[in-house]
Amino acid sequence: MISTDSRLVASVSRLRPMRSLYAGNATSVMQRGWLATRSSNWMVILSGFFEPIFYLLSLGIGLGSLVGTVTTSTGQAIPYVAFIAPALLATAAMNGAVYDSTWNVFFKMHFAKLYQGMLSTSLGPLDVALGEILLALLRGALYAVGFMIVMQALGLNLSWWSILALPAVLLIAFGFASFGMGITSYMKTFQQMDWINFVMLPMFLLSATFYPITVYPEWIRWFIQAMPLWHGVELVRGLTTGAISIAMLWHVLYYLVMIVLGLVLTTRRLRALFLD
Amino acid sequence: MPAPVIAATNLVKKYKDFAAVDGISFEVAPGESFGLLGPNGAGKSTTMRMVGAVSTRTSGDLSVLDLDPNQFGPEIRSQLGVVPQSDNLDSELRVRDNLIVYGRYFGLPLSHVKARADELLAFAQLEDKAKSKVDDLSGGMKRRLTIARALINDPRILLLDEPTTGLDPQARHILWDRLFRLKEQGTTLVLTTHYMDEAEQLCDRLVVVDKGTIMAEGSPAALIREYSSREVLEVRFGSEKNAEVAGMLDGIGERVDVLPDRILVYSDNGEAELVRMTERGLHPITSLVRRSSLEDVFLRLTGRSLIE
Amino acid sequence: MSEQARTGAVKPRRFGGWYVAEHRFRVMRSYLQTVLVTGIGNPFLYLFAMGVGLGSLVSQNLGPDAVNGVSYLQFVAPALLCSAAVTVTAEEFTYPVLLGFKWNPTFYAMNAAPIAPGQIIDGIVYSVIVRLFATCGIYYVFMLFFGAVPHVWGVVSILVAMLTGLAFGTVVMAYVATIEQDSGQVAMLMRFVLLPMFLFSGTFFPLSSMPWFLQWIGWISPLWHGTELSRVFAYGASEPLWLIAVHVLYLAALFVVGWAWTRRIAARRLNK
Repeated sequence: MISTDSRLVASVSRLRPMRSLYAGNATSVMQRGWLATRSSNWMVILSGFFEPIFYLLSLGIGLGSLVGTVTTSTGQAIPYVAFIAPALLATAAMNGAVYDSTWNVFFKMHFAKLYQGMLSTSLGPLDVALGEILLALLRGALYAVGFMIVMQALGLNLSWWSILALPAVLLIAFGFASFGMGITSYMKTFQQMDWINFVMLPMFLLSATFYPITVYPEWIRWFIQAMPLWHGVELVRGLTTGAISIAMLWHVLYYLVMIVLGLVLTTRRLRALFLD
Repeated sequence: MPAPVIAATNLVKKYKDFAAVDGISFEVAPGESFGLLGPNGAGKSTTMRMVGAVSTRTSGDLSVLDLDPNQFGPEIRSQLGVVPQSDNLDSELRVRDNLIVYGRYFGLPLSHVKARADELLAFAQLEDKAKSKVDDLSGGMKRRLTIARALINDPRILLLDEPTTGLDPQARHILWDRLFRLKEQGTTLVLTTHYMDEAEQLCDRLVVVDKGTIMAEGSPAALIREYSSREVLEVRFGSEKNAEVAGMLDGIGERVDVLPDRILVYSDNGEAELVRMTERGLHPITSLVRRSSLEDVFLRLTGRSLIE
Repeated sequence: MSEQARTGAVKPRRFGGWYVAEHRFRVMRSYLQTVLVTGIGNPFLYLFAMGVGLGSLVSQNLGPDAVNGVSYLQFVAPALLCSAAVTVTAEEFTYPVLLGFKWNPTFYAMNAAPIAPGQIIDGIVYSVIVRLFATCGIYYVFMLFFGAVPHVWGVVSILVAMLTGLAFGTVVMAYVATIEQDSGQVAMLMRFVLLPMFLFSGTFFPLSSMPWFLQWIGWISPLWHGTELSRVFAYGASEPLWLIAVHVLYLAALFVVGWAWTRRIAARRLNK
C-alpha cells in the first residue's frame, strides 16, 4: 500500500517540479493571517488608513497655501495638494507592505516560531512566502481604496486614468513586500531591523514625494531614480494626473523585476532557514 | 515483521565540521512506540528533524513511509504529526482556531477540520478552553494543545520531541495517559526524552543516543537486564568522603559507581549489600535501595549521568 | 541588625535614580547604533529635504523671506528641532516603560532591590534628559551648518526643545505606566497623537494657515508651544510677552505633572 502511495506521489511530482517548494496552498496561510488580524487588534490595522490622510490634510492644505502650484516632471502645473496626494498613496503602499513583511515577519520568525510550525506541515516555503505577501497586499489594497476615495472626494483625481492607480499601488506593494520579507530573513536582532527604517525614511522624504527632484543636482537625481519609491511615485502620479506616456512601462518593469527577485530570494531563504 | 515506517541507515548530519548525528541506524515498525533516549545535545532533536523532513541529511539513507525526505518533504509531512520541543502555538489565535488553521495547512476541507478540532479538544481535555487565548493556558494545557494540533491530520506517525520537559508531575501524568490512548489506537509514536521514567512508561523499544551515535538498543526491560542489575543501592557518606569509602567496598555488589555526591552499588539484592557494608563498619549518612532504571543503563554505557 | 539595614539603604536612598539611569544607559548601548544614526542622519535629512528642498518651492512661489519674514529653512528648522526631541521622548518614555512593567519586568527586580518606585521613574527621566541633550545639541550644530539660525540666542532653543520633549514624554509615560493589557495602545498613540501633533502643530506652516476647526490641535499640543517659543529665540519671531509666558508655563506644568503622576502610578503598581 505504501509503495502505491509513492508511485502516485512520484508521478505527481514529475508534473510539478516545484513540488517540494510549493504545495499550492498559500490561501491557508492567508486565512491564518486574516483570522489572527480579526481576533487581535484590528484597530491598529485600521488606523494605518489614517496616516496618509493626516499627511494629505496637513501638508496639502497648510503647505499648499505656501507653495501654490507645482510643475510635474511632465511639465504640467498642478495644485500642490494634487502633487503630493499620489506620492502619499504610493508611500502608503510601501509602508503597509514593508511593515507587514518586515516587522511582522521578524516577530513570527524569531518569537512566535510560526514558520517552524507551518513548515512541519505539508506546506512548502513558497506557500508561506506567497501567503504572507498576498495578505500584506490585501491590506495595502484596503488602504489604497480608502485613500483613493478621499482623493476623489477632494477632487484630486485629475483624470480617468486614476482608476489604474489601484493596480499600480498593488504592484508597488507586491514589490516591497516580496523584497522586504527576503531581507528580513537575514535579520537577527532588533538593531539590525532598524536599518530598514534608515533606508525607508530618506526614500520617503527624497523621492519626489514633496517636491520635484529637479531641485537636486544631477548626481543626487540619478541616485533617487535608482530607488524603488521614486518609480512608484512617478507611476502613480502619472496616472492620477493623467500624464500618460509609454515610458511609464519602465516603472512597471522595475517593479516586476523586483517582485520576481524578491520571491526567489524569500523562498530560498525560508528553505535555507527552516528546511536545511 | 511488517515493512518499517521509518528506516535509517548510517544517518549523518553535519553542521560545518560538527557532526550532530554521526552514523545512526534504526527502524521503526508500524504501530510501534519508539524512543530516543539521551542527554541534551546527543543529536536526538536533529534526528527528529530529519525524520520530520525539515532538515536535509548530510549522508546515509533515510526513508519515511517508503519515501525519501529530501525529495518528498511535503508528502511525508502530510502524514506526520509533529510536537516540537518548545511549543510553537499561534498566540495570535484562540485555542480552537489554532487547530483549525493548522488543519488548513494540510489542505483539509474546513468542515472536516472543524469537526476534527472539536474531537481533539475533547481528547486533549480542553473543551472548555476552546475560546481561550493561548497565552492564558498553563504549560500542561499548551502541551496538550500542541499534541492535539499534531493530530489534526490523522497522522500515521506522531513525532514528539521532549513531550513532558518542563511540566509538573501531575501534568506529565495527564499527558502520558493521553499518549497511552494514542498508542492503544495504533498510532506509531516516535519520541525523544531525557527522562528514563518517561522512556520506561511509553516506549516499546528505544535506542540510547550519545554524541550522535547509538550506544544500545532494545526494550527498556531488556536494556536494564543487559546493562544493569535488578536493584541499586545508593549511599551517601558526605561529599568529602565518598571517594575514600569507595576504596573499601571491594567485593560488595556486582559493580560500584562513584558519583560526586553518592555511591551506586549494583546488585540483585540491595538490602543485603547494605548489611554487608555496615558489617565492615561503614555507616552511610543516607541509604536508599531502588529498582534499577535506564539512568543506570546510561551511566554504565557512557560513564556519565543523563541529566547534568 | 537594623543598624546594618539602615546603612545599607543610605546610598540607594540618595542615588537610586542615578543607578536606574546607569541601567538605562547600558541598555541604550545595545541600540547605540540607532541612537547615533538617527541622531546624526535625521537632522541632515530633514533639514535638507524639508528646509532646502521644499524651501525652494516656497521661495519660488513667495520669494526668499516668505514665511514670518525669514526663509522657509529658518522658519522650519526650530520646529524640526522640537519635533526631533518629541520623537526621542515618544520612543524612550513608551516602549522601555511598557517593557519594564510587563514584557521584561525589570522594574519589579529593581523594586526588589532597595530602589523605590519613584526612583525608577526618576532614573528614566534623567537618562532621557541626557539623550535629549545630545540629540538636540547635534541637531543644533546641523542647523548652524545649514545656516538655519540667524539669531545668537538661537542656542536657547536647545533647552526649549528638550523641555518640549519632556512635557510631551512624561505625560505619555504616565499613560503607558497604566497599561496592564497590551493591545497595541502604543502604536495607536503614535498614529493618533504623535503623528497628528507633528503635522498640525504649525511645524511646516504657520498654524494660522490651517482652517479654524483644526487650529485647536496646535493650542493643546506641547509641540506647538515649544516650536513657537524656539522660533522666538532662533530668529526673533514676534510673540506677545503673555503668550511667551503661556508657552513656558504650559510646557513646565506638563513636564512636572507628568513626572509626578507617573511616580505615583509606579508606586501603586509595584507595591500592589
